[in-house]
Amino acid sequence: MMNPKEREQSTRAEIVGRETRMLLKHAEDPALRTLAGYNGYGGYATLEKAYRELEPDEVLSELEESGLRGRGGAGFSMGKKASFLPRGDVDKYLCCNADESEPGAFKDRELMQRNPHQLIEGIAIASLAAGIGHAFIFIRGEYDSQADILDAAVAEAYEAGYLGKDILGTHRDLELVVHRGAGAYICGEETALLDALEGKRGNPRLKPPFPAVQGLYGGPTLINNVETLSNVPHIVKNGAEWFKGFGTEQSPGTKVVSISGCVQRPGNYEVELGISTRDLIYGLAGGPAEGREVKAFYPGGSSSPVLKADEGLDLPYSFEAMAGAGSMLGSGSIVVADDRVSIPHMALRTARFYHHESCGKCTPCREGTNWTVKMLERVVRGEATPMDLDIVASVQENIIGHCLCVLGDSMAMPVGAMVRKFRDEFEAVIAEAELVTA
Amino acid sequence: MAELPVDQALTEGRVPGRSQEEIPELHEVGCPPELRERIEALMGRYPDRKSASIPALWAVQRLYGWCTPEGIRQAAAVMRVTPAYLESVASFYDLLHTEPVGTHKVAVCTNISCWMRGGDELLDAFREAAGDDEEFFVTGFECLGACDIAPMASIDERYFGPLEAAEARTAIDQLRDGAEVLPEKALEKRPLPGGNPPAADAEASEGDLR
Repeated sequence: MMNPKEREQSTRAEIVGRETRMLLKHAEDPALRTLAGYNGYGGYATLEKAYRELEPDEVLSELEESGLRGRGGAGFSMGKKASFLPRGDVDKYLCCNADESEPGAFKDRELMQRNPHQLIEGIAIASLAAGIGHAFIFIRGEYDSQADILDAAVAEAYEAGYLGKDILGTHRDLELVVHRGAGAYICGEETALLDALEGKRGNPRLKPPFPAVQGLYGGPTLINNVETLSNVPHIVKNGAEWFKGFGTEQSPGTKVVSISGCVQRPGNYEVELGISTRDLIYGLAGGPAEGREVKAFYPGGSSSPVLKADEGLDLPYSFEAMAGAGSMLGSGSIVVADDRVSIPHMALRTARFYHHESCGKCTPCREGTNWTVKMLERVVRGEATPMDLDIVASVQENIIGHCLCVLGDSMAMPVGAMVRKFRDEFEAVIAEAELVTA
Repeated sequence: MAELPVDQALTEGRVPGRSQEEIPELHEVGCPPELRERIEALMGRYPDRKSASIPALWAVQRLYGWCTPEGIRQAAAVMRVTPAYLESVASFYDLLHTEPVGTHKVAVCTNISCWMRGGDELLDAFREAAGDDEEFFVTGFECLGACDIAPMASIDERYFGPLEAAEARTAIDQLRDGAEVLPEKALEKRPLPGGNPPAADAEASEGDLR
């Protein structure tokens, strides 16, 4: 039997199998993309309530109280970040980071494609809370069809008076622009995103000053991920206490988890944080093919240190548990490698990506990613010696923490973890090649 | 010992170039009116007009197929920036082409999840099917954000997957014939992997269904 609390939760989130759908609720309905469809499920009622009845500070404290953590990778408290912006009548900006480019991540794509108005409503409410008059959605250029969907939804929201001048007659204004990027992973880094939005090459900036103090056009700027902002209407509607009833104490709420790689049912699943990782990989995604076993997985996108099956499968899937295991929840994207996958090759694939995407501004990242690719190519070609593995490891150590942004670290952490945890496999590849030469 | 010439920059410092690049005038560049209007509208969307540089380059690429030097000069004249500035932006981003490319663009993901499921083989199949036909621009690409349909490809900016290597030829033939490409493999048609909820029952209407 459900207790009253569970019952309350189940009427406002949707239980589908092992999933708890809050953000993906009604997402199977194609009409949800349109304003009429979204309104039909009660959409924009929270925006109306917030703009007409609530003070910005009330909204802000509800967001802070909810404990919502950023869903883009860093996991920082969303409400706290919004509270860092100075008060008063100054030009402030909101940038929704929709540049999802982390290998393994595809949740924001699903959220924008299926429920664009939920995001727009979240942006409008967050802008109200932080006193922001100008908002942007920076979407990666590859997501052309999703950007078209957003363009149409934004136009509908303007038409209905949820955006633009004098929203719902409350004398509050909000301009929202969908800005398409042009293909660069680095633009997902928040300060590079700002440079790209200002019309420059996407190079990261030195921090501090942090964007909340000095961001877009030099003004205070709130930068949040698509999934984070999509949570906002639900929190403001149902209250922080309700939201904290989902997930764990340190990771409240649900999470749309992208599961891919060697699993039978890859895709996005929305679950309460804290669910067991085994349940996600085997229960929801169907586990690896018949007769195969999970060898390792990235728990939070390609930047997260890989976990071996025996290290990670029985952990709860939460920010704190993944951090405790020496990895991270990141963007919440699980990539599974089964026993057929060669870890040295996977390390090379990972390194090549970061080498290609390094913007070249900081030497440790530009050169470090380049050398790591060259060394790993030697390994898989059978031209390396075991000593080279120590060099690979030391290159990674010399990247971490030495650059303006964490792109280099994002290669160094997983590659370093692979060399450390699967050293025998790297050595076997090298030894095999030596045998052939002899 | 013969005296070697010494670079003037070492002894006297570098003399600033006199031919600083100028912003082209509109009447010099022959900008088509529709491109000019489009870029002006784009500039109006931002507090700072330079924010329109990526959207303006997209507009140039839509019109000419790639970011041609003439197109960049036209955009620069409308935006009142130097062509070199826009070129520096265009050359940074993977989706903006500063060299001619084919009309049909096929980007095959070769990143981790697609690689595990045959992305490399799919890329080979597309390359072979397109052959040396210059109508097609086939490239391997970093993660396109669709690992759920791995291995996948973005064909003329729309996503398709999961694809068998043999479907590469079908897709190329369909593009040649102007037919709809792999309709059953379009991302838009894919349901949620966890399935749909059971039909809303009477009880559900008690609570607020938001």
